[in-house]
Amino acid sequence: MGFENFGTVSFTTEARVADFITYLEQGKVMATRCPKCGVSYFPPKADCPSCLSGEVEWFEVKGKGKLATYTIVNYGPSGFENDAPYILALGEFEGGLQIMARLSKDIAPEDIKAGMSLVVVPLKRPEGRISYEFKKG
Amino acid sequence: MDRKVCIIAGGMSRWGVREASIIDMAQEGAQECYDDIPTLKKEDIDGLLFASSYCGRTSFQVNIAPVIAERIGLKPTSICARVDTLCAGGSSGIILATGMIKSGMADVVMVGGGEKLYTPQRWETYYSEMASIDHDWDGAQGIGLPPPFFSLTAQEHMKRYGTTKEQLSAVSVKNRRNGATNPKGHFQKEVSLEEVMAARPIAPPLGLYDCTPITDGCAAVILTHEDKAKELSDKPLVYVRGTAQASLHSMSMNWPGEHLADWVHLRTAAKRAFEQARVKPADIDVAQTHDCFTISEIIEMEDLGFCKKGEGGPFVESGQNDFGGKIPTNTDGGLLSCGHPFGATGIRQAREMLFQLQGRAIRQVEGAKMGLAHNLSGLNVEHTILIYGREP
Repeated sequence: MGFENFGTVSFTTEARVADFITYLEQGKVMATRCPKCGVSYFPPKADCPSCLSGEVEWFEVKGKGKLATYTIVNYGPSGFENDAPYILALGEFEGGLQIMARLSKDIAPEDIKAGMSLVVVPLKRPEGRISYEFKKG
Repeated sequence: MDRKVCIIAGGMSRWGVREASIIDMAQEGAQECYDDIPTLKKEDIDGLLFASSYCGRTSFQVNIAPVIAERIGLKPTSICARVDTLCAGGSSGIILATGMIKSGMADVVMVGGGEKLYTPQRWETYYSEMASIDHDWDGAQGIGLPPPFFSLTAQEHMKRYGTTKEQLSAVSVKNRRNGATNPKGHFQKEVSLEEVMAARPIAPPLGLYDCTPITDGCAAVILTHEDKAKELSDKPLVYVRGTAQASLHSMSMNWPGEHLADWVHLRTAAKRAFEQARVKPADIDVAQTHDCFTISEIIEMEDLGFCKKGEGGPFVESGQNDFGGKIPTNTDGGLLSCGHPFGATGIRQAREMLFQLQGRAIRQVEGAKMGLAHNLSGLNVEHTILIYGREP
């Protein structure tokens, strides 16, 4: 499976990091690392932007992250009308990985604060699409 | 060849929600530009750069430069091309024209820019917005429209530096006041601090008046080398002294600074532009900075070096970025009052700079001799700076 069912609205059907979707289906949010440069990338990159080597390794974003900042989206772009309002958050994970994702709707509004512990997990959406989101860590 | 480059004329169409095509508005802007320098013959204009990001989507016209050239009576021979760096397209065009004129590749270049953003179906505009960001990853999460990302930025600034909603609002009050006398802008209506504070939330803490509207419009300027500029006009010469465009990342997840309110790419661009212009922030008399959101102008005051990091809130609240303050900013109303037809914004700023440095702006900064224009692009992924001066 490629990117055609990724996120609420997707734009790319083919991409060399399509394994990301296969891993999501298996319950894992994955990133890539360049063994030569030692740098990790999220979103995953098929070629290392630093040395352009294609010999990158997949690894799972497992640990707990920290919520850096978040915002409520009241007016979503076209295709997201039925999703709004939703909360977009920036999470910081081990190795300097930054991930932008939505906060799970099951987190109570009063629990949401900068610095809270997060995990990133796959999200199967009711209409059959697949994405990832943050849950409480 | 290493020629000195001057900006010699500027024009704008009426901006707002327009019942006109991008070509109609490009004609309006070009006509005003021709009228601004009546001694220049159209035949002498050998280049046209036109900045537009959305013309391929909302006007269904790609390779728009030849279409506009024909409609405004130009027959370019050095360059005829479209430029796209989204919100900074106009400024990018001026940088490219400057390089071509400086090197002798071109002699007289019109740099235009504009967008027709309102389409009969509003969803189309909101869908197109997602082409402005990394659509595969950020778009799929629903970032799309810019307010949420700048809300994150504003919250970060408030948390770290104690910036208040009153301070954000002060930027909007000032820019709407400046724009109230600008007949070309989207709005000619002042707003009070109370109105800004009480406006409906868009992405808290940003309310309606903290955000630039979606606007249709075009603008145009003409650049040439010093000798030609002297031959054409007795008005004071306005030189392009320094330019820079810095891009250190392309999406929300690879932010180059320590936090979202730390705009290292802006400081990188500023360092280069100031060095090239051989000036310091204290030498600048007037600025047009990219106030897409109120928080943007506050951080720009800091990272351009007009005040210390973290002091942007009190700086704007005490009117240091207003007439009579340290650095009068967005003297024609900025994006908050004029609106933001992406490719046209850098051109509007250049036109205002020309008028300010020639002493003929509607709201004139007395004796202004050095000016700075700044844009950020998209999801804050690129910073562009132009420094203009009365001396080369």
